Amino acid sequence: MRRREIPILRERTVSPEEALSKKPRLRRNIFRIEQPFERGFSGSDIVVLIGIAVLIYVGVRLALQAPETVAGPTISLSPRMLPYYALRSVGRMAAAYFLSLTFTLLYGRLAAYNRRAELVLLPLLDVLQSVPILSFLPVVLLSLSAILPERAAAELASIVLIFTSQAWNMTFAWYQSLTTIPVELREASAIFRFNGWLRFKVLELPFAAISLIWNSMMSWAGGWFFLMAAEIFTVGQRDFRLPGLGAYLQEAANQGDTRAILWGIGTLVLVIVALDQLVWRPLLAWADRFKLEMVEGENPPTSWFYDLLRSAHILERLSHRVWRPLSERVDAWFIRRTAAEAGLEKPGRPYFFYLLVLLMGLGLAYGAVRAALMLATVPAHQWGEIGLGVLATLLRVSASLLIALAWTIPVGVAIGTNPRVAAYMQPIVQIVASIPATALFPVFLLFIVGLPGGLNIAAIALMLTGTQWYLLFNVIAGASAIPQDLKYTSALIGLSQWERWRTLILPALFPYIITGAITASGGAWNASIVAEHVEFGGQKLHTIGIGALIAHATGTGDYPLLLASTLAMVLTVVLINRLFWRRLYRLAEEQYRME
Amino acid sequence: MSSNGYLLEVRHVSQIYRSGNRQFVALQDVNLAVKEGEFLCLLGPSGCGKSTLLRIITGLQRPTEGVVLYRGQPLRGVNPHATIVFQTFALFPWLTVLENVEVALKARGVPPKLRTARAMDLLDRVGLDGFELAYPRELSGGMRQKVGFARAMAVEPELLCLDEPFSALDVLSAEALRGELLELWTEGKIPTRAILMVTHNIEEAVFMADRIVVMEKDPGRVVAEMTVELPHPRQRRSPEFLKLVDEVYGLLAGQTQPEHVEMGAAPGEPGRVRALPPITINDLAGLLEHVAEMPEHRHDIYRLAHELRVDPDHLLQLTETAELLGFATIGKGDIVLTPLGETFAEASILARKEIFATRIRRLPMFRWLLSMLNVAEGRRLKRDVILRALELEFPPGEAEKQLETIINWGRYAEIIAYDDTTETIFLE
Repeated sequence: MRRREIPILRERTVSPEEALSKKPRLRRNIFRIEQPFERGFSGSDIVVLIGIAVLIYVGVRLALQAPETVAGPTISLSPRMLPYYALRSVGRMAAAYFLSLTFTLLYGRLAAYNRRAELVLLPLLDVLQSVPILSFLPVVLLSLSAILPERAAAELASIVLIFTSQAWNMTFAWYQSLTTIPVELREASAIFRFNGWLRFKVLELPFAAISLIWNSMMSWAGGWFFLMAAEIFTVGQRDFRLPGLGAYLQEAANQGDTRAILWGIGTLVLVIVALDQLVWRPLLAWADRFKLEMVEGENPPTSWFYDLLRSAHILERLSHRVWRPLSERVDAWFIRRTAAEAGLEKPGRPYFFYLLVLLMGLGLAYGAVRAALMLATVPAHQWGEIGLGVLATLLRVSASLLIALAWTIPVGVAIGTNPRVAAYMQPIVQIVASIPATALFPVFLLFIVGLPGGLNIAAIALMLTGTQWYLLFNVIAGASAIPQDLKYTSALIGLSQWERWRTLILPALFPYIITGAITASGGAWNASIVAEHVEFGGQKLHTIGIGALIAHATGTGDYPLLLASTLAMVLTVVLINRLFWRRLYRLAEEQYRME
Repeated sequence: MSSNGYLLEVRHVSQIYRSGNRQFVALQDVNLAVKEGEFLCLLGPSGCGKSTLLRIITGLQRPTEGVVLYRGQPLRGVNPHATIVFQTFALFPWLTVLENVEVALKARGVPPKLRTARAMDLLDRVGLDGFELAYPRELSGGMRQKVGFARAMAVEPELLCLDEPFSALDVLSAEALRGELLELWTEGKIPTRAILMVTHNIEEAVFMADRIVVMEKDPGRVVAEMTVELPHPRQRRSPEFLKLVDEVYGLLAGQTQPEHVEMGAAPGEPGRVRALPPITINDLAGLLEHVAEMPEHRHDIYRLAHELRVDPDHLLQLTETAELLGFATIGKGDIVLTPLGETFAEASILARKEIFATRIRRLPMFRWLLSMLNVAEGRRLKRDVILRALELEFPPGEAEKQLETIINWGRYAEIIAYDDTTETIFLE
């Protein structure tokens, strides 16, 4: 009886590698969504949904004062203006990103360390991340333009919109990191009496770094989608466009200027690729030091730009001259401050907390009543339209998902199971997929408008541009993760092609397809706002659908309808997520995950 | 308040976890005291609460009841005069060796120059000069733990707490590190006033400590104390040393009780339910075969640990299983096979299964499970049903482990089967 041969079922002393690798591996996997916890609908969800309803109501109320006409900016199609437009677009993204990051650090910390706050904050986050953000765009735009100068309102609205698309997954990542820090590291920082600042700098931030960077990358990718939508949004007399790459592309498509379209797309791709190569890849390569595994990784992320910076000793000099002295000062300041505070126990403030909760509850109740009153003014035939619209959009979303599935599964498997093909297809697919679908909408319209079926069919195609890439990526990832020995085995036992798909490939892909489909359907719902109602070359085109209804209500200033239809869309998507996708996701994780 | 000359006193400390209306006692009325200049060992099997006790002593955790006095003063919050060396090292992987030591000093507000000098000096003393700029992942386990020691000593603690510091290391580096620590300690090279070490390794305790506090589980409590008066460096092969080790094994392996006491009650009945040791039958067979080869089928338990190269904790769980199933009796640190045990050791695979099956049918846990299955519809029960019942007797995590052992044993004996997809347990 030698120890090595004994199957592992008993308690034993844990090696440090084991103890430290408890951190789930999925943090590295960009293809997985953070699905926080298993639960059905609870009271807190209802409260959160009511809260959202009240928020939309407040926006709609504000919108009553919105100007009747909003003049758009003049967009020049000269390629020389492109750097300026690119800068404006990136600037908006950056502003929203830093807002998201600040929000993430504060909110996640509060949720992780405060039990009472966690009870409210987590369900809120959970609902917010499944809400179709783009459905808020009209409300946000109208309400802001009621209280701010038009241009500032549109700028702010785009930033708010991007923020709402970026913040949630980052916050979840930060929250999950904080709650999964190994106990020993926590105890070590307690026993060596780290103050809050030192704990943040030495323990929490490094521990979360990799996950935060991956999620930031995802957030940027998602952010482009919403930025482009915000830059090209126009309804009726209200032109909310913003000078930027999205507006440039739209103007180019409007005027049918193919050269400008190519210039615009080229610039957009260049900007996205440049950000990836000059910002995110170097960050990832640098952040490799923050991985928790106590063994050297097999293929750590690399970046030519990072290597360049390192070989030029730029980073080193910066670190010596600027960073070190600065951080030393900051640390010393915090240590002095905590030394002064030591011994003072902070008094608990439960009364204050309850008062706050009470006030918020009252505000919420009042808002809910007012919102209900406004909803009551919506005539019955409009409710009918809303129901029909939701159904039509649901059908369109499903159709686009099915079409996407039909082509991505065979293609993805072909790429994923063949390492040689994967090696040169992956970067191409990545670049194509990185182009935000909303940027291409005006261009697609050029081709689609003339087709039979009109916008009804065209909208599906437009949604498809937003959905298929998520799926393709996931299928490729899933196919390349099928273990080689299983492939050999199924070949050896002589399974027919069909049997092979049924017993090996499809079950192995299942979790990946579900993950991709969740993201894709979210993208499709969002896209419906821009896809079902377009103004193109002076023509107005729209079809039946909830997105078209929201746009219509925005254009005509029918605020009760705007409230009702936005709310209907939010509710529908949240319900579908909870009752359909999350169940499938759980099934996929429990039964089909190969790990 | 006088300090009675004690550096540390633990008075009537209990740790109780409540879930619903059940409660589980992790520590029951623990009393102990540490004098200045003493090396004290807390020794016990896993689950006896020794690590919890260490966390209470350092102030990382507040006990449900009782008080910890440090130099006569009740402890509030983390004890600033104590540090811990962790089993898993607890180094920050993103900091270099030097930074890992320095950060402990930084937290205390030591200015940069002094900090670096002191950290370098300590790394020098533990023999890590030249590795200052390495990252922990580049070091071997033994060297990592040296960083752990250097970091702990950097803050010049009066009370140095060691939480199984050698158990994650390979045998050779563990032995080397033990010697080096003892050298620093016995020659007064570190300003530490007392060392408190938690371990489940009996030899290690006898090798290093001045005094050993022996703990038992269910509930976690102190059962014995013994002083070790052998001079350092201690000789592991000396008769005095072996006698002490044998004595401790005797204490921890217990004494075979009459059968009804040994087996305990069934779930739901009054009395304590005996937890099944988480042992696989292959391991048990290996142990019995080994003892069967000994003269008179009798062996010293402490020698078994060496010969079979198993962890003492695991070995004690094995002997406990043999005892529970009536394959062996235990007394005075020796294990003796019963005739049944001999038969089992020599039997074929199928015969072993049969013997094993008849034995586990006698265990209250299995009697209870089988009678439930017999009356159940289709003679099958959902896993959850049984788990719920077990959770009334054991803490949640433990209940799950018990069920795992039950299924494991039952499958081997071919008396019950378990279907993982439907999560049902049924009679074979």
